[in-house]
Amino acid sequence: MFKAISDPTRRVLVEELAERDGQTLFELCVRLISRHGLDVSRQAVAKHLDVLEAAGLVHVRREGRYRLHTLDRAPLRAAWDEWFRPLVQPDDPIKE
Amino acid sequence: MRINLASVFVDDQVKALAFYTEVLGFEKKTDLPAGEARWLTVVSPEDPDGVELVLEPDGHPAVGPFKRALVADGIPYTSFAVSDVAAEHARLAAAGVAFTQPPTAMGPVTTAVFDDTCGNLIQIASLPTD
Repeated sequence: MFKAISDPTRRVLVEELAERDGQTLFELCVRLISRHGLDVSRQAVAKHLDVLEAAGLVHVRREGRYRLHTLDRAPLRAAWDEWFRPLVQPDDPIKE
Repeated sequence: MRINLASVFVDDQVKALAFYTEVLGFEKKTDLPAGEARWLTVVSPEDPDGVELVLEPDGHPAVGPFKRALVADGIPYTSFAVSDVAAEHARLAAAGVAFTQPPTAMGPVTTAVFDDTCGNLIQIASLPTD
């Protein structure tokens, strides 16, 4: 998970998917280029999405004839619970 | 030299003419028999002497896989200019048109993407007015 979000382009993809679930590859590419000025090819974005999918952060589903990408927040939540929160709030008991 | 035609590959010219005129609001410009199909074009009522959109049959075997691959990735085949994307989205959604992308600010442009029911995705885009 940390390796997947170590790349700035992939972090932007996570942020854009957090804004709206169910996006096509095209929409994500346009968001990266027009909103973030990123100079990325469609092939590069597809590869980044593959990495995020392998890390469990993105799910791809077929809806009719479209392939839609959705953010799965569970790995982020787990990272917060298991790593960030015990560091940030050491006095809080760890949730089981 | 000037550009006077653009085209979309449609799976059914009768259905396409109905969608592009009755739903989108374009007007039929040319309708001539051409073998098994027709030479069929529509224009915008805002620019009746402007660029014509050819509703072209997609019977060639290469076209189907090409269109399906574009649609799967959400890539619009072409883009039309509108003055207000949100208003067009509301109007078309009320008419039953399916959108893969609702109106979204993409830098200076607002865009949305809908399914033309003939095997294509189409983008609508508006530039800022000021």
